[in-house]
Amino acid sequence: MASLRAYIITRILLTIPMVFILLTIVFFIMRAVGDPVTAIVGAHAPPEQVVRLREELGLNKPLIYQYFDYIIQLLRGDLGRSLIWGKRPVIAEILDHFPATVELTISAFIISIIIGVFLGVFSASSYGKPLDHTIRFAGIVTYALFIPWFGMMLQLIFGVYLGWLPIGGRIDPKMYPATITGLYVLDSILTWNFEALKSSILHLILPSITLGIVLSGVYIRITRSSMIEVLRQDFIIAAKARGLPDRIIVFKHALKNAFIPVLTMMGLQFAILLAGAVLTETTFSWPGMGTFLLERIQYRDFTTVQGTIVFFALLVAFVSLVVDIFYAFLDPRVRY
Amino acid sequence: MSLLEVKNLKVYYFTEVGVVKAIDNISLSVRKGESLGVVGESGSGKSTLASAILRLIPPPGRIVDGKIFFDNIDLTSISEEEMRRIRGKRISMVFQDPMTSLNPLQRVGDHLIETIMTHEKVEKEEAKNRALKLFSRVGIPSDRFKDYPHQFSGGMRQRVMIALALALNPDLILADEPTTALDVIIQAQILDLLKDLMESYKVSLILISHDLCVVAEVVKKIAVMYAGQILELSDVNSIFNEPLHPYTMGLLGSIPNIELEKQELKFIPGFPPDMVNPPPGCRFHPRCPKAMDTCRVREPPMIKVGENRYVKCFLYGD
Amino acid sequence: MAGLVEHVGAIFSRRRAGRYTIIAGGLIVSTVFFMALFADIISPYNPIDFVAPPLQPPNKNFLMGTDALGRDILSRIIHGSRTVLTVALASSILSMLVGVTLGLFSGYSGGYMDRLLSLIMDSMYAFPGLILAITIAAILGQGLYNMIIAIAVVYIPTYFRMTRGQVLSLKEQLYVEAAKAIGADTKTIMFKYILPNLASTIIVVFTLNIADAILTEAGLSFLGLGISPPTPDWGFDLKAGQSFLISGYWWLITFPGLMVIILTIGFSLLGEGLNEALNPRLRKR
Repeated sequence: MASLRAYIITRILLTIPMVFILLTIVFFIMRAVGDPVTAIVGAHAPPEQVVRLREELGLNKPLIYQYFDYIIQLLRGDLGRSLIWGKRPVIAEILDHFPATVELTISAFIISIIIGVFLGVFSASSYGKPLDHTIRFAGIVTYALFIPWFGMMLQLIFGVYLGWLPIGGRIDPKMYPATITGLYVLDSILTWNFEALKSSILHLILPSITLGIVLSGVYIRITRSSMIEVLRQDFIIAAKARGLPDRIIVFKHALKNAFIPVLTMMGLQFAILLAGAVLTETTFSWPGMGTFLLERIQYRDFTTVQGTIVFFALLVAFVSLVVDIFYAFLDPRVRY
Repeated sequence: MSLLEVKNLKVYYFTEVGVVKAIDNISLSVRKGESLGVVGESGSGKSTLASAILRLIPPPGRIVDGKIFFDNIDLTSISEEEMRRIRGKRISMVFQDPMTSLNPLQRVGDHLIETIMTHEKVEKEEAKNRALKLFSRVGIPSDRFKDYPHQFSGGMRQRVMIALALALNPDLILADEPTTALDVIIQAQILDLLKDLMESYKVSLILISHDLCVVAEVVKKIAVMYAGQILELSDVNSIFNEPLHPYTMGLLGSIPNIELEKQELKFIPGFPPDMVNPPPGCRFHPRCPKAMDTCRVREPPMIKVGENRYVKCFLYGD
Repeated sequence: MAGLVEHVGAIFSRRRAGRYTIIAGGLIVSTVFFMALFADIISPYNPIDFVAPPLQPPNKNFLMGTDALGRDILSRIIHGSRTVLTVALASSILSMLVGVTLGLFSGYSGGYMDRLLSLIMDSMYAFPGLILAITIAAILGQGLYNMIIAIAVVYIPTYFRMTRGQVLSLKEQLYVEAAKAIGADTKTIMFKYILPNLASTIIVVFTLNIADAILTEAGLSFLGLGISPPTPDWGFDLKAGQSFLISGYWWLITFPGLMVIILTIGFSLLGEGLNEALNPRLRKR
């Protein structure tokens, strides 16, 4: 479909300035907001150390030179090296922790969509009745469920009191599953390691439910209002006038049309998903990029922190692009 | 032997501002193969009539009284599932705005295939063939089968709607202002198509419109509605040559005549009535040039004036 | 499922729903405000003093129990409201001032400046707020004022986009008007028209912004990037109590967390209610 291809190309071209802006913003924050060297070594470090560090990080050059160095380095795919321990390349360390975050975010996302869409449809179907108001209230409450608190409450109930589920980590610490993708659930299926499968799923339940429920609120709301809008439209009555059964009308015709704003919301919500993931990971000691970032902040590992933020920015831009393209695929009216 | 018989139908909407008596005691009948036009201003209740027959009246409305018999089936008392099987298959509807009446995300051909397969146990292949035949019958090129609604012009979309209405060879088609959203030239085409199809498929038609002329092109019988009631019911020729009800005369008088050199546009003075509190007695009396004292107080009965000619007016009796 | 389609086809709009949400939200918010204002008076103990044996469950002397350092949790909760409200309000006001000003300026002038600024703001808006706040707070360091700045920056794009959008649509309307009224000073007219139109949207955005800022503030403190101890702060106390979770000391985290949630819900309800009241959705048919 030529028009779809044109849309994809245009959309990709539009992403480039956005990525550049994000990279520049990160650069600016990391250098100009405060003194990164002070942030690293503290205010009372000996001056020689400060000077040496500045040189090492290239912070003594004029800002504009630093900027070009930064951009060129990034274009080569080089995120720099860590300042601590083995001074590993930042990109390697990020990729070590990335799969854990992916596993968590995907699971949480699926849960939030399932809960959100179903409750949204039920809410729309009992428009004005008590169930509708209850679900709408639930939609407001869920977002307010401070993730660390909610996660900890679930840990308390299901982990400490009932002992059903583990309260931290990704897998039983005694297990060392072979990793192919880094997604433990997937890997354990691929390697027929059912012990690891069971353990990784058990560990995944609480964190993904925590994040999933908190994120579902916005989907409840958007699905509901979108369904109400769509069900009011003429083609729905026309479909009914042709004798199509209600079930088909709601779930095939209405939901598909109503889903478009939901999809847009998914794209916008990705950023919130990531932010939520950071909090969820720290609550559940989940070894993903969130915990990694916080840890490196504590260790004042400037380059790693910068590299991780850049990675986040690129991730957001990429996902936004993918969602937009998928949106165009779904709605034939959008293509240029 | 009537195909459709509406008896003393009352449809009210129970809204926050009051009870809107959209249809207040009307009766009519349509035989097999017959065509009826329903004409009226907005608010006359004509659109509600179509919704009522298919039992698709949106809340807060509902049928309060009366019966609708279709092929001896009482549509007002059958179950929802039974009604669903009649919709689209034995009675179908063509809607006013073809742009909004089609699912923007569904290919036009699929609309047809889905409708056919909903009501009949056929394979998709066969449904597709039937759909393509319908397309050519209503004058849509078959290469447009896989297109989406927004890729069609208004007139073409309405042809799609007509194809959908015909898909299962219904006994009765309800056309609710099918040409109002179209320009005049396309209007004529669609009306011709309707006439043509009526003849070849032997299907009964109820054509609803605010435009007397549009209706006259196609149907043999006309019911004039006003404020939820039928004021006159006659054959087309009588309506035009010998209108009985003052309202009908007013409607005819307000049709601009292209052949006259100069003319003042005549119109019926006054405004459409408040449907929550309609005028007492004859609902038209506030605007009627021939109103008598009794018109303000008592509601006129439906008087039979000739063979299949009825009028609801004290001028013709009591 | 039968009747679903017809039922939703109706438009049964009841205005009264908006009123209840405003009242509910307002009640919660004013209670917490009261708590913050009169913290010293109503607080049973000093929140940073060690007044009792640590890790005591709720009892009649310490209604919410004591924390790991022997401080009264209820007093910390009450005083914690000050921190949260200060940060959330200050950062929101700051965001609003900067964002609205930039939005007005950018929307009005147009041109390259506007497009560049929009691109920057859109990119910032797309980036996860909490992570942005974490980055800024990481460089600036701990502390109340740093936190306010970090959070303020995150929400500037929200105000910018909203303001600019309204300015642009108003500009369109006014150019048509100006064409008719010769010699009208567009600038003054714009500002005379804009502010009242903006006001109702700003109030709603501001209220909901505060709700979000509360969560961000608690999040930053939870991650150790917020206030520095011993300032009472709900998010911070949540973190402090985390290590004791496994031993079942539930009161350390339950109460601070609940307060965050309740206050957020309060502002959310207030914002939603105000939205229904001030920006009624147009009814169709």
